[in-house]
Amino acid sequence: MNSRDGLDKNAKQLLAEIVARREPMKAKDRMAIPPQEMPCQPASERIRNFNEVALGYTVEQARVEAERCLQCKNAPCVEGCPVRIRIPQFIKAIAEQDFAKAIGIIKENSLLPAICGRVCPQEVQCQDPCTLGKSLKNVDKAVSIGRLERFVSDWERDNAQAATPVIKPETGRKVAVVGSGPAGLTVAADLRREGHAVTIFEAFHKPGGVMVYGIPEFRLPKSIVRFEIEMLKAMGVEVRTDFVVGRTRKLADLLGKDGFDAAFIGIGAGLPRFMEIAGEDLVGVYSSNEYLTRTNLMKAYDRENVDTPIMHSRKVAVLGGGNVAMDAARTARRLGAREVQIVYRRTETEMPARVEEIHHAKEEGIVFNVLQNPKRIIGDERGRVKAMECLRYELGAPDKSGRPRPVEIKGSEFLVEVDTVIVSIGNESNPLIKKTTPAIQTNQWGNITVDERCKTSMDGVYAGGDIVLGAATVILAMGQGRTAARAINEYLSEN
Amino acid sequence: MVLEGRMNRIVEKKQLSDTVFSVAVEAPLIASERLPGQFVMLQVSESGERIPLTIADVNPSKGTITLIFQAVGKTTIMLSRLAVGESIMHLVGPLGNPTHIEKVGTVVCVGGGIGIAPLYPIAKAMKEAGNRLICILGARTKPLLILENEMRAVADEMIVCTDDGSYGRKALVTAPLQEICERTTKPDLVVVIGPPIMMKFCSETTRPFQVKTLVSLNTIMIDGTGMCGGCRVTVGGETKFVCVDGPEFDGHKVDFDNMMLRLGAYREHEADANGRCRLETAVPVKQG
Repeated sequence: MNSRDGLDKNAKQLLAEIVARREPMKAKDRMAIPPQEMPCQPASERIRNFNEVALGYTVEQARVEAERCLQCKNAPCVEGCPVRIRIPQFIKAIAEQDFAKAIGIIKENSLLPAICGRVCPQEVQCQDPCTLGKSLKNVDKAVSIGRLERFVSDWERDNAQAATPVIKPETGRKVAVVGSGPAGLTVAADLRREGHAVTIFEAFHKPGGVMVYGIPEFRLPKSIVRFEIEMLKAMGVEVRTDFVVGRTRKLADLLGKDGFDAAFIGIGAGLPRFMEIAGEDLVGVYSSNEYLTRTNLMKAYDRENVDTPIMHSRKVAVLGGGNVAMDAARTARRLGAREVQIVYRRTETEMPARVEEIHHAKEEGIVFNVLQNPKRIIGDERGRVKAMECLRYELGAPDKSGRPRPVEIKGSEFLVEVDTVIVSIGNESNPLIKKTTPAIQTNQWGNITVDERCKTSMDGVYAGGDIVLGAATVILAMGQGRTAARAINEYLSEN
Repeated sequence: MVLEGRMNRIVEKKQLSDTVFSVAVEAPLIASERLPGQFVMLQVSESGERIPLTIADVNPSKGTITLIFQAVGKTTIMLSRLAVGESIMHLVGPLGNPTHIEKVGTVVCVGGGIGIAPLYPIAKAMKEAGNRLICILGARTKPLLILENEMRAVADEMIVCTDDGSYGRKALVTAPLQEICERTTKPDLVVVIGPPIMMKFCSETTRPFQVKTLVSLNTIMIDGTGMCGGCRVTVGGETKFVCVDGPEFDGHKVDFDNMMLRLGAYREHEADANGRCRLETAVPVKQG
């Protein structure tokens, strides 16, 4: 694996060759340009720190990667993007070294590119249908759209090029945004730009939602989230932390008594799911939410300076195969666990995690034990986890999710020695708003039901993100945030 | 209605015993919404832990809440050192389900040690709802007995016990509780708040008499809003989160043994932090 300097040197050379050409490149020339690798901290080093793993393209790498884009007429990448960013145009701007123009294009549709460039599952979104990748018969060789998006947003931030967006004249209308995750922040930005007064209410003492409590520092530096929030404050958005809507104040009172004309609910899917097997109540069993909240939000990895404790785990099993499971496993590794394994009942092919996270996890020494699932967790005489009894599985016919159903292999029980089990099998909707706002309609799983404009069963109340979709992604939350903001804006002008 | 920034300033501070303190905090939003049984999550410093504390009392017109706590760990020790005028860095609430207050007949409120603080608002509310109120207060020793006068003011019948006999009856609270259950007319409801072992034994005492018994659980919490499951307990064989399903549960269904095991999860860490905290303030820093 090449160092950043090595990759940069290669890129400079390639760029020189490209620039030296007298004729514009043909498609086959572009196809021949090697895909630019993302420089990363070496695995042996990065398991000892929480610093960002992916270091970002150098300028030359970005320019070379941008030249790979065929600028094809169809632009299937745009359709693949949940917020329809004009991808070929922003890439062309990078090739032309007009980074300001590139970020401007992205920001027409996406308000959190520094975040999405890092966490979007591009391999199933924009990069999946990429013409270049299809021509090369390898999705890994598609244009690295995500890395380019990250490059220009970092450039904008690092070079203090981010201008506070223009705010339209004050309308005198007030909107309450409940939750400061990606959906809420997006709604706040869009509505504030329209000249409405916006207050974000956040239950935690730090805003950012899953971007601060869930996604680790090594995947998403918190300085980036703070930057976006400072931008919102500079726009005049009010951020009230330590405020649990539904408890500190009822939603109906915010609307009826406190002068808010509309509300957006973006409270996320924050209710951990457990396996409901014996031993899940033992000391040493964590939901991934707890494990990550202690580590990311409360910074428990800083054992010297921070009070919030986290176990000194030696042998960790993480149950699940999504991004959160990868995050938990890689966090455990960095906290000093010698053996960390992912336990998953299907195979790697069915794992919903981003390809890059699986790849990085493996590089960091995390073992993938697939076609396995625990039957029960076993404790010692002090009630602490000492082992897991697992069963082996095989894949059967597809189930409701469309993925092959895992089928138990009877009599295949075996014991695994562990001292920590992190349950990372998904989250359900936090019930607090539903409990305290009877008028809001939810489905059987607690998700708020909305129409195609993100309107709930209550007039003037909209919702989006994980609370509507179930645990999903930052970009889908952002997309719904944009839809809801448009609808709220119209609602305010009509009422 | 004031939606201005809260300062969480301490407006009054009292020391009720060696380790027990009472602070009144400016928190108008929490004060106006709070119902008996609810709690707050607080953090005293940026690097500090989030801890739950029951709201012992409230003054909605002044916009203050009262927290009564025992300074036993690092965070509560630091909280006890804040002076009037200083602020609690982070304070959020009111959290948890309010106690279900109803006129049922005769209610016995049993408080153990610091548990008397969260019990008091419930006892008061039960009395106001028209119940006949019997209060049993217990503490290890006289200096640890708190809120005796306040409880006496709402109780129709009051029994005070200490383990060592330094005040009141020398007994554990389970003794008078048993006697009350044995009366010709059983109580209609028993509410117990105190150390887990005390709540466990009080529940065992009322079980044979089939008297409905509510306990208020005090597990480790991290967020307090139901998103992490760190506070989970087993009630009637089901997993419940104390912060959103509780804090009150049917004492006859709670798996107290597991709850106590889970409470000890960070014991070594706590002892270490405690030691360091006391050392930091005990040893004067030499200047020059």
